[in-house]
Amino acid sequence: MYLRNALRAATAMTLVATTAAHADTLTIATVNNGDMIRMQGYTDNFTEATGIDVEWVTLEENVLRQRVTTDITTKGGQFDIMTIGMYETPIWGANGWLVPLDGLSAEYDVDDILPAMRGGLSNDGTLYAAPFYGESSMVMYRTDLMEQAGMEMPDAPTWQFIREAAAAMTDRDNDINGICLRGKAGWGEGGAFITVTANSFGARWFDEDWKPQFDQPEWNDALTFFVDMMNESGPAGYATNGFNENLSLFQQGKCGMWIDATVAASFVTNPDDSTVADKVGFALAPNSEGVDKRSNWLWAWALAIPAGTEQADSAKQFIEWATSKDYIELVAENEGWANVPPGARTSLYENPNYQEVPFAQKTLESILSADPNNPTVKPVPYVGIQFAAIPEFAGIATQVSQEFSAVYAGQQTVEEALAKAQAFTSEEMEAAGY
Amino acid sequence: MATQHSRSVARLMMAPAVVLLLGWMLVPLTMTLYFSFKKYLPLRGGDLGWVGFDNYVRFVSSSSFWPAVQATLVIVGGVLAITVVLGILLAMLLDQPMWGQGVVRILVIAPFFVMPTVSALVWKNMFMDPVNGLFAHLWRFFGAEPISWLSEASMPSIVMIVSWQWLPFATLILLTAIQSLDSEQLEAAEMDGAPPLKRFYHIILPHLGRAITIVILIQTIFLLSIFAEIFVTTGGAFGTRTLTYLIFQRVLESQNVGLGSAGGVYAIILANIVAIFLMRIVGKNLDA
Amino acid sequence: MARAVTTQRKTFNTALAWIVGLLIFFPILWTILTSFKTEAQAIASPPIFLNFDWTLENYAIVQERSDYMRFLWNSVIIAGGSTILGVIIAVPAAWAMAFVPSKRTKDILLWMLSTKMLPAVGVLYPIYLLFIRLGLLDSRAGLVVVLMLINLPIIVWMLYTYFREIPGEILEAARMDGATLKEEILYVLTPMAIPGIASTVLLNFILAWNEAFWTLNLTAVNAAPLTAFIASYSSPEGLFFAKLSAASTMAIAPILILGWFSQKQLVRGLTFGAVK
Repeated sequence: MYLRNALRAATAMTLVATTAAHADTLTIATVNNGDMIRMQGYTDNFTEATGIDVEWVTLEENVLRQRVTTDITTKGGQFDIMTIGMYETPIWGANGWLVPLDGLSAEYDVDDILPAMRGGLSNDGTLYAAPFYGESSMVMYRTDLMEQAGMEMPDAPTWQFIREAAAAMTDRDNDINGICLRGKAGWGEGGAFITVTANSFGARWFDEDWKPQFDQPEWNDALTFFVDMMNESGPAGYATNGFNENLSLFQQGKCGMWIDATVAASFVTNPDDSTVADKVGFALAPNSEGVDKRSNWLWAWALAIPAGTEQADSAKQFIEWATSKDYIELVAENEGWANVPPGARTSLYENPNYQEVPFAQKTLESILSADPNNPTVKPVPYVGIQFAAIPEFAGIATQVSQEFSAVYAGQQTVEEALAKAQAFTSEEMEAAGY
Repeated sequence: MATQHSRSVARLMMAPAVVLLLGWMLVPLTMTLYFSFKKYLPLRGGDLGWVGFDNYVRFVSSSSFWPAVQATLVIVGGVLAITVVLGILLAMLLDQPMWGQGVVRILVIAPFFVMPTVSALVWKNMFMDPVNGLFAHLWRFFGAEPISWLSEASMPSIVMIVSWQWLPFATLILLTAIQSLDSEQLEAAEMDGAPPLKRFYHIILPHLGRAITIVILIQTIFLLSIFAEIFVTTGGAFGTRTLTYLIFQRVLESQNVGLGSAGGVYAIILANIVAIFLMRIVGKNLDA
Repeated sequence: MARAVTTQRKTFNTALAWIVGLLIFFPILWTILTSFKTEAQAIASPPIFLNFDWTLENYAIVQERSDYMRFLWNSVIIAGGSTILGVIIAVPAAWAMAFVPSKRTKDILLWMLSTKMLPAVGVLYPIYLLFIRLGLLDSRAGLVVVLMLINLPIIVWMLYTYFREIPGEILEAARMDGATLKEEILYVLTPMAIPGIASTVLLNFILAWNEAFWTLNLTAVNAAPLTAFIASYSSPEGLFFAKLSAASTMAIAPILILGWFSQKQLVRGLTFGAVK
């Protein structure tokens, strides 16, 4: 009795609280990346224009994933907009958990979104999330160190060249590592990087019958090459380095080369944060000699509306604002063209102001050459370059990448890790009913 | 002394606490049991029917299961050993007369007030980072190659971080116990010419028995479920995947609620085995 | 402490204890110091200890990005609410166990403790679904209840051990004088148990304040406490040691200050019946 009354009272209290808060306030879950934090700063412009208040829930990437996935799968309805990626969008969209982004206004110009991005954020031709920014990956290198080493970076290098250049640039006494790459466990961290590296060595995650391929020689080649190169020229403890760790190493001038997300280009060339801002060159992500696939991925952080929110219209309004051409102009005006969210719209790359930004061209080339429907040399049954767009992938790839990280840390051999990865992935795929 | 009347009053007074905890135990437990017999994959449409003991079999037969149990026991055991031993030493030190005892005590108990997330973040980034961490600076200063703590020495690092958080708790309880020690007894032993080590073994340690049991009991309860420290530092890589973390990976990363729930049931069983074991000891000690 | 101690030995003890104390405290000190540096100084090699340009810039940035006071207030409400509610429920239970013990008292006590061993991650789904059904997601009330339930066994146990130390004769005497049960608890028992209750409250306030799984997973905006606040500062892009330090300092400062001011109460009561 007492318990039920107490619960009822508590429920009533919170119902009041939640409805009050939901009247004309959007709750947006987002990741604590630089561009999103910048967007939070401009939220007032949106509120002034529309009268819609915005509450931000900013979380670190792993916490965010955990939080929004729990909420969407249980239909918890805690958020009106969620920041998700190219991996989640098609899966969630197919499950009917996201509001389709149709009927967008003419001035929004949905056809202006880069086709690769639009494709990756759609399911069966319906757009489910609007890209806030998009990225591929490319080589960022120190022009001064390259020169010192007496080498010249081609536009489209091979892994073999990268390894040679890395060895030449490495100067351990002066704390300079020839190359910095992700080794951190996690499907979106080191997992993504080793997957694209493997792609460029001719490997693939699954064959056409969804059989894991870690027992194939291409994986062994790729992983062995990666480990050898990093041991020669990589930073100490790279097994725990992810995007952020490498970014700060590169900004401190401790890396000769860094192959990572194209969005990093604006951070490493920003003189406020980077000690090497004026000495950075760009090249396409490498491939192994004779393999017709480069190691560049495709990703977008996008805004989506969970089905069931009572504020789908206001949410759509916000998404239109945040991913519009006008927003890009707004940021350009206040912070310069180099700091606008990249990789989402064709018109940005046609803008003469933006074409002057040093990394614009290579970013676009990288994005355009990434093909999620055709990610590997041999055919695969999945869509996605650095991931396979099936619900099981995140869990599997995180554990597989943990085995790889143990190799990077010198705790097991390449062969052991691949054998474990093969066994574990087979186990999971079987459990999932493939 | 207890009359029939006072017995029923007592039962009434215990009722709210007992009923609430019973609910808190039974409701999630029932739901977990329910899910554990289901193929429940939220990303594949949710409830896909009953599967009997499939999830249970799969969870234990997975190659990650025994290493996870082992990792759990290593962390719990390691932290307990460190905090109890250092706790006794520290408590004995703090019991000595000195200047500024109050301030020192404040310094020593401070880590207990720090959130696990914050302490994991601070240790990971500002101390154990192999490039910018303070340890790396220190190592380089002495001409050594910096250690990549969280990959090369992942388990000791996590045990260290967690021990740092729990050392104050152990120290405080042990200190209170030491302070209650009859100092005349100690003095008498000293007069008799008993060497310090002997005094420690025959007088101090037996006196601390009860306090040590309590420290072990309470800490074990909390340590079995540590999560933030691993989530923030290694994410379960490098052999630090505990049972709790394995369940997290099943439920949230793999989105397999059925399998994770079966893991949850195993974790409850493990916890209860440890609990019964501990309580046997504590029960005896509490009676004494 | 009647032992005669030479000054020499006292000096040695003092020096040793201070070194150990500072060593244990150092990570916190370092975090606080770093929070006043610029990002570049925070990673400078060799590290800078004191002679840097103290700046409040990081605090300004953190405050501009997230409304600290709101998170703080939620933390206070949730930790305070769950502790108070827990004590209210636990006092009668602990009283009954201590003064009208039966054969099963110890079993009940140990059973209560065993409910704490339920692994939170394993029951996230059930609890989340339950919270949706009850409309408790992102509400302080829901968190107050959950944290109260998590800490209730500890509260009961601590209070039980304090109550047991109170000699039964005093209660008998009060009863002889015609005190009712209510009066007995209110006027006789409670005053004697104040130190115990105080340290119970303190310890559980700290535990609730630092709880980071439920508070993070069951909240969004309205009920998000400092544990959620910190989750937006862990590993962002670019250099972040100084900002992380500032956010960390802000998250732990209130409880650290509270802990320091009340450490006497905490220390006095934190025995769990370890001392007889």
